[in-house]
Amino acid sequence: MSFINYSSREINCKIVYYGPGLCGKTTNLQYIYARTNPDAKGKMISLATETERTLFFDFLPLSLGEIRGFKTRFHLYTVPGQVFYDASRKLILKGVDGVVFVADSQIERTEANIESFDNLEHNLYEQGYDLAKIPYVVQYNKRDLPNVAPIAELRDLINPEQVPEFEAVATTGYGVFDTLKAVAKLVLTELKRGR
Amino acid sequence: MTDMVMYEEEYRQIQEVCARLHRDANASAVLLIDKNGQLISEAGDTGHLDTTSLSSLTAGNVAATGGIASLLKEKEFTGQFHEGEQINVHISIVAQRVILVILFDERSSLGLVRLRVRRASDELSSVFDSLLAKVQQPSTPSIFSEITDEDIDNLFKD
Ligand SMILES: Nc1nc2c(ncn2[C@@H]2O[C@H](COP(=O)(O)OP(=O)(O)OP(=O)(O)O)[C@@H](O)[C@H]2O)c(=O)[nH]1
Ligand SMILES: [Mg+2]
Repeated sequence: MSFINYSSREINCKIVYYGPGLCGKTTNLQYIYARTNPDAKGKMISLATETERTLFFDFLPLSLGEIRGFKTRFHLYTVPGQVFYDASRKLILKGVDGVVFVADSQIERTEANIESFDNLEHNLYEQGYDLAKIPYVVQYNKRDLPNVAPIAELRDLINPEQVPEFEAVATTGYGVFDTLKAVAKLVLTELKRGR
Repeated sequence: MTDMVMYEEEYRQIQEVCARLHRDANASAVLLIDKNGQLISEAGDTGHLDTTSLSSLTAGNVAATGGIASLLKEKEFTGQFHEGEQINVHISIVAQRVILVILFDERSSLGLVRLRVRRASDELSSVFDSLLAKVQQPSTPSIFSEITDEDIDNLFKD
C-alpha cells in the first residue's frame, strides 16, 4: 500500500524480498545498503537470530530520486525464509506494493524454491492480492555456485508468468541493482496505471 | 484497503492535533505512523530520534501484536505500554489504520497520556475519515496523472 504525501511531496512504496531460507534475501539488502550513498538511505535494521537467520524482517529505507518534484522512497523488507516463520511472513506482506522472489539456484534447493513460491502465492491470496496482478520480478541467485540448475528449468518452476527475471550473485552484487530497479519501476508504473 | 494519501489541508490538521497532544500530555515526543511503517507526522523532541527506524519497528510490533490477538480470537489489543527507566512508550491504534506513539518521561504520567490520547484519537479519526472520502473521489487530482512513462524511465537511467 503506497503512501502519497502531497504535503511533503513524497511517494512511498513497500517492496518485499521473498524466497526460501538462505536464498540470499538479506544479502541483497546488505549489498544495496553498502553501495548506496549515505544521503539516499536510512539505517538498515535486521531482526535476526544469533545465527544471522532473519527472525522477523530486515528493513532498509531508500530514496531513488525525484519525479516531477516528488521524492520516491522505497521501504525494502525481507521475510524470514524458514518454513516455520509463516505467521511473520504474512505480516510483512501486508501493504506490499512490489515483490522480488529470490530463488536459490542450487539444484538441491529446487523443492524449497517451489514450496516458497507456492507459499508466496497462498499468502498473497489470503490477503486479497493476486500475484499475477502485483508488480513482481524473479531473481535467480547464487549463480556462482557449481551445482546450479539451468535457468530454463527454474523458469518453468517459479516464473510461469514470465515476469522480468535476473541472474544474480548477491554476495558480489551481480544482478542486485538490476533486480531492484526493475521492481521499483514496475511499482511506479502500476501506481500510475491505477489512477 | 486503499492507498494512503496525504494532502496539505489534512496534514496541517494532523500536525495541529499532534502538537497539541504533545503539549497537553507533557510528552517528549509524538509520532503518527501508518500501519505499514511510514511516518505521517511528528511533534516534540524528535531531532535525536531515528524516526524512520522507529516507525518501521513500531509497525512491525503492532502487526505482531495484532497477529497474536487474532490467534487468541481477540479483535485487536487496543494499545501497548512499555515502561523504561528514562522513557515510557504508549502505543495505540487510531481509526484502525494509523498508529499513535507517545514518548514520555517522569514529567508526565500514564493516566495523563491516556486521557489526552483519547481526545486526540477522536480528532484524528475524523481527519482520516475525511481524507479517505477525498481519496475515493475520482475528481481529486493525482500526481500520477502528470507523471509520464518517460519520467519513470528517466529515474532509472544509469
Ligand atoms: N555463493 C553464494 N552465496 C550466497 C549468495 N547469496 C547469499 N549467499 C550466502 O548464503 C547465506 C544465506 O544468505 P542470507 O542472505 O542470510 O539468506 P536469507 O535468504 O536472508 O535467509 P533467511 O533469513 O533464513 O530467510 C549467507 O552465507 C550468504 O553469504 C550468492 O549469490 N552466492
Ligand atoms: Mg534473511
